[in-house]
Amino acid sequence: MIHSLFLINNAGDLFLEKHWKSVISRSVCDYFFEAREKAVEPDNVPPVIRTPHHYLINIYREKIFFVSVIQTEVPPLFVIEFLHRVAETFQDYFGECSETTIKDNMVIVYELLEEMLDNGFPLATESNILKELIRPPTILRTMVNTITGSSNVGETLPTGQLSTIPWRRAGVKYTNNEAYFDVVEEIDAILDKSGTTVFAEIQGVIDACVKLSGMPDLTLSFMNPRLLDDVSFHPCVRYKRWESERVISFIPPDGNFQLMSYHISAQNLVAIPVYVKQNINFFETGSSGRLDITVGPKQTMGKTVECLVVTVHMPKVVLSANLNATQGTYNYDPVTKILVWDIGKLNPQKLPNLKGSLSLQSGAPKPEENPSLNIDLKIQQLAISGLKVNRLDMYGEKYKPFKGVKYVTKAGKFQVRT
Amino acid sequence: MRAPPALSASAPRNGSRDSVSALRRSASSAAAEMSASSAFSDEKGGSASEPEYGHDPASGGIFSSDYKRHDDLKEMLDSNKDSLKLEAMKRIVAMIARGKNASDLFPAVVKNVACKNIEVKKLVYVYLVRYAEEQQDLALLSISTFQRGLKDPNQLIRASALRVLSSIRVTIIVPIMMLAIKEAASDMSPYVRKTAAHAIPKLHSLDPEQKDQLIEVIEKLLADKTTLVAGSVVMAFEEVCPDRIDLIHKNYRKLCNLLIDVEEWGQVVIINMLTRYARTQFLNPNINESLLEDSGEKAFYASDDEEDEDKKAEAATLAKRKPYVMDPDHRLLLRNTKPLLQSRNAAVVMAVAQLYFHLAPKAEVGIIAKALVRLMRSHSEVQYVVLQNVATMTIKRRGMFEPYLKSFYIRSTDPTQIKILKLEVLTNLANETNISTILREFQTYIKSMDKDFVAASIQAIGRCATNIGEVRDTCLNGLVQLLSNRDELVVAESVVVIKKLLQMQPEQHSDIIKHMAKLIDNIQVPMARASILWLIGEYCEHVPKIAPDVLRKMAKSFTNEEDIVKLQIINLAAKLYLTNSKQTKLLTQYVLNLAKYDQNYDIRDRARFIRQLIVPTDKSGALNKYAKKLFLALKPAPVLESPFKDRDHFQLGSLSHLLNAKAGGYQELPDWPESAPDPSVRNVEIPEWSKCTSRKDRKEKKVEKPFYSDSEGESGPTESADSESDSGSGSESASGSEESGSGSESEDSGEESESEEEEEDEEDQKKKRKKLDKTKPKKPVVESAESEQSSGAEDRKRVRKAVKNQKSASESESESESSESDDESEEESEEESESDTDIRKKKAPVSKQPPKQSKKESKKETQEMSLLDLDDFEPSPASAPVTPVNFLSSSLVSDLEGLSLTDTILAPTTIAPSGLIKMYELLHRITGEGLGVEYCFSRQPFSPDPNMVAVQIQFTNNTNSETKNLHIEEPRLQSGMRIREFAEIEVLAAGESVTVVMGIDFCDSTQAANFQLCTHTRKFFVSIQPPVGELMTPAFLTENDFKKEQGKLMGMNEISEKLTLGGKCVNEHVIVERVTATANLSRVPCGSDKECRFAGKTVSSGCLVLVTVATKDTGGAQLTVNCEKMVIGTMLVKDILQALSQ
Repeated sequence: MIHSLFLINNAGDLFLEKHWKSVISRSVCDYFFEAREKAVEPDNVPPVIRTPHHYLINIYREKIFFVSVIQTEVPPLFVIEFLHRVAETFQDYFGECSETTIKDNMVIVYELLEEMLDNGFPLATESNILKELIRPPTILRTMVNTITGSSNVGETLPTGQLSTIPWRRAGVKYTNNEAYFDVVEEIDAILDKSGTTVFAEIQGVIDACVKLSGMPDLTLSFMNPRLLDDVSFHPCVRYKRWESERVISFIPPDGNFQLMSYHISAQNLVAIPVYVKQNINFFETGSSGRLDITVGPKQTMGKTVECLVVTVHMPKVVLSANLNATQGTYNYDPVTKILVWDIGKLNPQKLPNLKGSLSLQSGAPKPEENPSLNIDLKIQQLAISGLKVNRLDMYGEKYKPFKGVKYVTKAGKFQVRT
Repeated sequence: MRAPPALSASAPRNGSRDSVSALRRSASSAAAEMSASSAFSDEKGGSASEPEYGHDPASGGIFSSDYKRHDDLKEMLDSNKDSLKLEAMKRIVAMIARGKNASDLFPAVVKNVACKNIEVKKLVYVYLVRYAEEQQDLALLSISTFQRGLKDPNQLIRASALRVLSSIRVTIIVPIMMLAIKEAASDMSPYVRKTAAHAIPKLHSLDPEQKDQLIEVIEKLLADKTTLVAGSVVMAFEEVCPDRIDLIHKNYRKLCNLLIDVEEWGQVVIINMLTRYARTQFLNPNINESLLEDSGEKAFYASDDEEDEDKKAEAATLAKRKPYVMDPDHRLLLRNTKPLLQSRNAAVVMAVAQLYFHLAPKAEVGIIAKALVRLMRSHSEVQYVVLQNVATMTIKRRGMFEPYLKSFYIRSTDPTQIKILKLEVLTNLANETNISTILREFQTYIKSMDKDFVAASIQAIGRCATNIGEVRDTCLNGLVQLLSNRDELVVAESVVVIKKLLQMQPEQHSDIIKHMAKLIDNIQVPMARASILWLIGEYCEHVPKIAPDVLRKMAKSFTNEEDIVKLQIINLAAKLYLTNSKQTKLLTQYVLNLAKYDQNYDIRDRARFIRQLIVPTDKSGALNKYAKKLFLALKPAPVLESPFKDRDHFQLGSLSHLLNAKAGGYQELPDWPESAPDPSVRNVEIPEWSKCTSRKDRKEKKVEKPFYSDSEGESGPTESADSESDSGSGSESASGSEESGSGSESEDSGEESESEEEEEDEEDQKKKRKKLDKTKPKKPVVESAESEQSSGAEDRKRVRKAVKNQKSASESESESESSESDDESEEESEEESESDTDIRKKKAPVSKQPPKQSKKESKKETQEMSLLDLDDFEPSPASAPVTPVNFLSSSLVSDLEGLSLTDTILAPTTIAPSGLIKMYELLHRITGEGLGVEYCFSRQPFSPDPNMVAVQIQFTNNTNSETKNLHIEEPRLQSGMRIREFAEIEVLAAGESVTVVMGIDFCDSTQAANFQLCTHTRKFFVSIQPPVGELMTPAFLTENDFKKEQGKLMGMNEISEKLTLGGKCVNEHVIVERVTATANLSRVPCGSDKECRFAGKTVSSGCLVLVTVATKDTGGAQLTVNCEKMVIGTMLVKDILQALSQ
């Protein structure tokens, strides 16, 4: 299975190596560097690279390449999924998964990697078990550790690992028992030039933050579960109950976790909250162009659209932009050729507009294609699909928990072709 | 201190020593070089003695040179303070992490292997695993510590000792490892057994000679039925002996049933293995259809909710064909993997998808599409792999992804590699109906800024055009328009594609050829030029005027052309010479002469060869006549194929599939067998139970049948209708329906109990040890349809206490009950309908049938009634037993009989566990240096504190000297737990034994109580872990109280399981004995000899624990535990199940 892991930053520095079997020289990464150079963009590096004796499977996350070395047949997704899990664990432990935090917590990182794989096969990947084995660093604990010389390594047996519910540890106690659920929906859409929807679907997740004592057994039910087209669950959810009754029954992990993700397919009608009127022209002569973008509300269900941002990847020949925004600020980065227009709140009375001229590299032919616009937005207190949580029941414990549900709609991969 | 010579010989490692400093250097320079290879050569060359300044915590102070480095670390390691040691180890580990060499510290580190501080210990392990291979001799010093660790009472320590021992890759210790693995494989802790499974591949890679012995261990562990072990042992199986498929037979059903509860990584491995297994053992479900046939795919698009319709359609289509009967085990696998499509882990979803792709009947494969499309939302790496697999799938089964066409539309922000894969999928999905939308989509892609992607799009258009005749002209026109594109790459790509398209119907397109001839002046891309020349040569008859002119131009520029263009010029010349020699003779000569002196030998050869062929000379002979045929033969149009064609001979989702090449260790996916191997190999032999097993097979088949075949019309819905219509007529139809009724009912128990049986042997050996794996690795049990069964066992009681008047009431009750429980049934919804019909069927005979049954049928009849009576689940005891109609005849006799029997049963309220108190070992006499300690749960109330469990401890002094001052120290307890120690034993003479009693309040948990047992010389860490059955004391209830209490503890607090009684559980007495031996409960009087009830209270919190065992004639039984504490309930169920199935 997974033989070794190398962490490499964007600049090509190899800053951590870990071997689960015999040591493999880091020179094996040369093949990776070669592929990296060829790919130009970091996300174009092929996830699987073949070398004469090994296979390199890598992921790119938070500006770090996680390069694992494989010697024999193994499902590539197995490795990819595991590497992402490693990155998520780091994020969970250190707040962010970056080169600096990894370097600062080298020993904990190493201990974690040691526990997560045995001989290349995943051993403990549940964050609850890991946290019992190795406590995450906190400022207080770091201070205490420096003074007393004690450690981050847990002394007790991780009970979760042995129980039927490995994701939850025993003996959880809280003074305030609370359970919060965030229903987050993202609209993935492609709109064409005229504004008609080429493709639209909704991807939703329910993130939970459950802080309940003991062994609560929760049941979450929806007003309209039939809406959900395709779902995937955290391992704690009982599939059978979902299949037979369309309720989500589970013993929750402690703390933050993603309860489920769902998909509302293109077959259903998806409400598109905004429309975009755009007009981008490049002139044959004079090496210039015109840009005129207006954004307006479409189907917002009476809510306000916030955090509206329009991002345009301009063609290479665009040197600068001289624009005028009626609302918000715009910024054109001539190096990355990205134009970002940060609008903020959408005011239906006075539609925001961005207008002006673009100057092109002189002598270069005019670009054939108009750049497409990527829209970012947020609507609070609304699940655009209309999904509603009906109730949350708790069994198995006697106290009364505090419960809360929040809805947010965001733009996912929301693109307007021009 | 220098590194040992052996080490410095290995260049890369030596180089890596300085790589950290090198990295630091390069990091500080803002524009760091990408090329690591250059960085590496630097490092290798870099002198080892270069002074290094510690900027990072890992290297601490300033070292003057390499010789002196690490001295301070050594000092710290040698100190007495744990904190210093820890600090040193942390730095060393940080060095290792950066790839710096720390091997010279080995002697200093290895000393600390026995360190008490757990973190130091862990870090030492990390170090050992890294360097032991290089320093084998020194590593041996640590072995004894691990051997000691292997005997530790704490399972975590045993496991970690085994883990490190097996990881240090020192060949000398192979025998020790082998021994340790064998021992750990029969450890009572599943966690240790899991570690043993992990150790197997390690040992195998270290010494392949051990394979045979390891296979034995694997075989043993495969029989393990905890979910914790399953994934790891299958992993070991895959690495050590993937070809020993025979080892799987006996465990196949168990693995299928456990699958959903195994951790996600194990699931992937098991599913992949089972795919291979199924390919060798079952028949091809699509045997009757050609794979590429498109009919019958309508059913694909149905969503889960419409499953029933789906199944019906499927059954209908299948009914037309020759009967193919799916092996029930094949179905079991498909059914149990299906819910995993909902997993959050992409690897699991992919594993299930490939299983369905390779194993499922065609009509069912469609369900995976949705899940795969969902994965496309994930990280781009996941997308990449999934798209590769989808591309392969779309070639074979286009239909299933068609509804998701739009999900493969490309966004400008996708990485190029993803774009190209999506394009591939879109092309594969194109057909007559959707081509117009796809082409419109392609049109937008052509305008993209990403040129590689544009080129791929043009090729995709070409492929669509060749595959779909209707749009060929449209595509061609579109491509021709692209010829005027400003981007040369686009033009070149279009030319190449147009060339291929024209080849299909050149006659109609001479204008396009002319147009292309004009382009030759402007296009510089060699491939495109070559293509145009070939086109003109090939179709020179369609453009007779232009062709010679093109040749003229080309002759002028011949010397400056690329090789492929030159070859095509020669070709063009030859063809023109043959068709139009008048105009082109001289030109051809000229070109051939130029080619004759070309630098490229290929071109020189070609020129020579062509000259001989086309220019008639006296030497050239016969070939010359055929030159025209040779050159101007009609050439078949090229078929534009997907690069993913035929990739599916690799198992999907595998690395080999992704690379389209066999990776090391890849196991071929076998072809379906011609005829199915004997399915009985998967039966688990239990002699006394073979009857039931075979019966179960039959039943299972019956249950499944409506979904894939109706050919054997002996059961199923059709029949039920019949039996209903003439149900009044007599015993025949009644017994028929009975049979199918009991079939669906006990199928579940069949499967369950089988796994119980498997466990039996293993458990036998372990019987005397304490058991840690109390918790059953099942999902928290949903109450299931099994309530039917429990009541089934009660029927004997009913025989005796026949009461007529409540018949109708109970009927309606039972009906509602059973339909309720159907929902929660562990079986799939498929069976729901089945059992519904059963109920209907049964109702009919019951209500109508005159009591005429002969005696021998009455037995069957009791079986049947089971579905109807659930009176025991009524909270009020007043709803007394019910009389089934057929017993009316013998009612009076049985009435009396029943009454008398009831009395006798009421008498023995508790049966004491006669001499069944198990002794557990607390301290082995070897580890205890002569002091052996055993303990048992005496089941006496602990008088000083009623909330404590009394533990009787027996000390035996096996030494030749006295042991003094035996007492307990430093209890380390879970929160809430308390210990009441025994009084210190002052002297224990040699050879003597003494028994004391202590009390422990376990807080109703099976957490171990850890403490130290001290003598005057030594201290031993010991732990007592109670079996769940010892956490309770008997409670004395009447039957009525029992029912009342049971009524209060329904729902979540009730757990019931079906089981098969072991061979020895022949009568009630044995059952009672077994149950009371397992748990400290008392018998509750009960009016039936088919049912045993027990009650108890947990010791510390006094929660009621109610147990009901209802036996059935078939040898099965139903166990119900009601307890407020669900964890206790679950564990108790498991223990009792185990006890009863032995």
